[in-house]
Amino acid sequence: MPVITYRDALRSAMAEEMERDERVVLLGEDIGVYGGTHLVTNGLIDQFGPRRVIDTPIAENGFTGAAIGMAMAGMRPIVEMMTWNFSFQAADQIIQNAAKLRYFSGGQVSVPLVIRGPNGGGVQLSAQHTHSLEGFYGHFPGLKVVSPSTPEDVKGMMLAAIRDPDPVIFLEAGALYGTKGEVPEGDYTVDFGRARVTREGTDVTLIGYGRQVPVLLRIAEKLAGDKIDAEVIDLRSIRPFDSDTIVESVKKTHRAVVVQEQWRWFSVASEVAAIIQEQAFDELDAPVERISGAEVPAPYARNLEVAAFPAEQQVIDAARRVLYLEG
Amino acid sequence: MATTPSQGKRRRSATEPAKNKNGSSAFPSTQLDKDALVALYDKMVNIRLFEDAAQRGFRQGKVGGYMHVYSGQEAVATGFLDAHHEGDYVITAYRDHAHVLLLGSDPKAVMAELYGKGTGLVKGKGGSMHLFDVNNGFYGGYGIVGGHIPLGVGMAFGQAYQKTGGITQLYLGDGAIHNGAFHEAANLSGLWGRDGLNPCLFVLENNQYGMGTSVERATANTDLGKKFESYGIAHTKVDGMDIEAVLQVAHEAADRVRETGKPFAVEALTYRIMPHGAADFLEKYRTKEEVKKWRERDPIGLLEKRLEDEGVDESRITEIRAAAKATMDEAVKFAEESPDPDLSELLTDVYASDMVVQAAG
Repeated sequence: MPVITYRDALRSAMAEEMERDERVVLLGEDIGVYGGTHLVTNGLIDQFGPRRVIDTPIAENGFTGAAIGMAMAGMRPIVEMMTWNFSFQAADQIIQNAAKLRYFSGGQVSVPLVIRGPNGGGVQLSAQHTHSLEGFYGHFPGLKVVSPSTPEDVKGMMLAAIRDPDPVIFLEAGALYGTKGEVPEGDYTVDFGRARVTREGTDVTLIGYGRQVPVLLRIAEKLAGDKIDAEVIDLRSIRPFDSDTIVESVKKTHRAVVVQEQWRWFSVASEVAAIIQEQAFDELDAPVERISGAEVPAPYARNLEVAAFPAEQQVIDAARRVLYLEG
Repeated sequence: MATTPSQGKRRRSATEPAKNKNGSSAFPSTQLDKDALVALYDKMVNIRLFEDAAQRGFRQGKVGGYMHVYSGQEAVATGFLDAHHEGDYVITAYRDHAHVLLLGSDPKAVMAELYGKGTGLVKGKGGSMHLFDVNNGFYGGYGIVGGHIPLGVGMAFGQAYQKTGGITQLYLGDGAIHNGAFHEAANLSGLWGRDGLNPCLFVLENNQYGMGTSVERATANTDLGKKFESYGIAHTKVDGMDIEAVLQVAHEAADRVRETGKPFAVEALTYRIMPHGAADFLEKYRTKEEVKKWRERDPIGLLEKRLEDEGVDESRITEIRAAAKATMDEAVKFAEESPDPDLSELLTDVYASDMVVQAAG
């Protein structure tokens, strides 16, 4: 299998589907002539022209709403949020229209729309440019929310997202755009709602998604040095959510640590912890640990920012705590 | 996928346009014959009596939530939807009963929706503010002021991109024009229209109040057409109480949009002779005298005078009113007797697939 970057896997998914399906168009800020702020759409305007790779003014509510209208009219638009931080300007469109149209139209209207862009922080962009919005968007029925972590998944899930009849919030791990991995050749999709056991283990289950996944794999290797055999689960999909894979793992390890960059309160990790206690209460040998970001707006200074996100040592300590190996 | 013939046939038109030498239609009001005027009157009376019946249902507690009636504004939608072709889209905000009825929805299903019944237009899931009938080209029905405007612009793009030959009639109130969504969407519409990719007919229903705030209290630039001009969208005004004037402008505007793929805006000056919502009893923001003055320009009253001048027999008017009343009585009866939505409907239509949706509890 060819080895390509996360960024190129994303681009090839969109380009291949645009070749196959004329209804697919891209909209976003500086995605065409400029090449895309993160170069995800670089070159596509040369391939497909400005009618299908549409540079928009900086007006997220307007172009996201227009993309919903295009989807209602039978097209398959893909909107780029330059970063998900800007999606608050479009939140009314995403939540009040895209998520609910099928329902309040009594099933008469579909919104086959993908909204994609980098999610999360880590490069000193400070308060207004650093959010992890999986819990926020995961809250709303009618949306599907995914957060792939590998080139293989990002391509397969993007193809699935474009073909999905419902609106998909596609949260890319911006920090992983340059990471490489094997990607199958030809047309394939990765279904939503299926977590993946990325590393098998028997002592403790480490659960994460997006850019936390490679971090968890690194941590698992460190734990292995201490003779702790960690299982790592990549959630991949926030809504729909795969409870079964998590519950099966906890039945084996009896311990779980959930790791996320986002704030703890009302977050994905909170939901995962609730699901485990509901569905595997008797299997647990320790309380589920949540390792999250600090409850502050993201700071600028490098040392403060690092301190605002989960640290590897914090995850290692939590894994030891649930194994009663502390101290 | 919305595919429609590129030259959709006109339907439900009360009038047949004369073609001028440029091929665009012209509507000298003098050419409207008696029968055409009577047909328009019939439509306007039907939607007025529907609203009267809906208000009674609301006051009786049989219609829940919010409800906003179109009474006083009938000439606007009646005139513009006369220019509707099969394959065209129509989208509006929450004052939506008239539009969906004019496009051909069964008053029984619309009333049943207001009553929250399973036989309602959207199965009791949307209510008054979210009427939909996509088979007749009606795409809602939205409750957030301004929020639907970008959708309409996108739908028009979709029509041009897919070369369906259709246009989108995008209705908005004077209250919505101050919302950011309008400005972002109008900018896109003008921009895309430059390339013939936005056959969007903006119909600004200026009923002079955004809820209880008059245009003068909402903006320093009260010439609302100018807001479109900022974005390169040509515009005109029409007396929204005069059905013949509306009809002429509507057909010209629709033809222009269809031919050019560019947006066009019409500000129809009108007046809501009823309160904003069915729960707006006090109306402290306007005087009784003002309402009385505008009631004298009630579009249905004005048309009745025209019919008299044309020598239409009074018995014909009485017949139309009686038939409309019977239709609405029947609609109310149907709504009252219809079953509530099946509880299994609660969890459907969230997603297209059979994805598990959590029940309450």
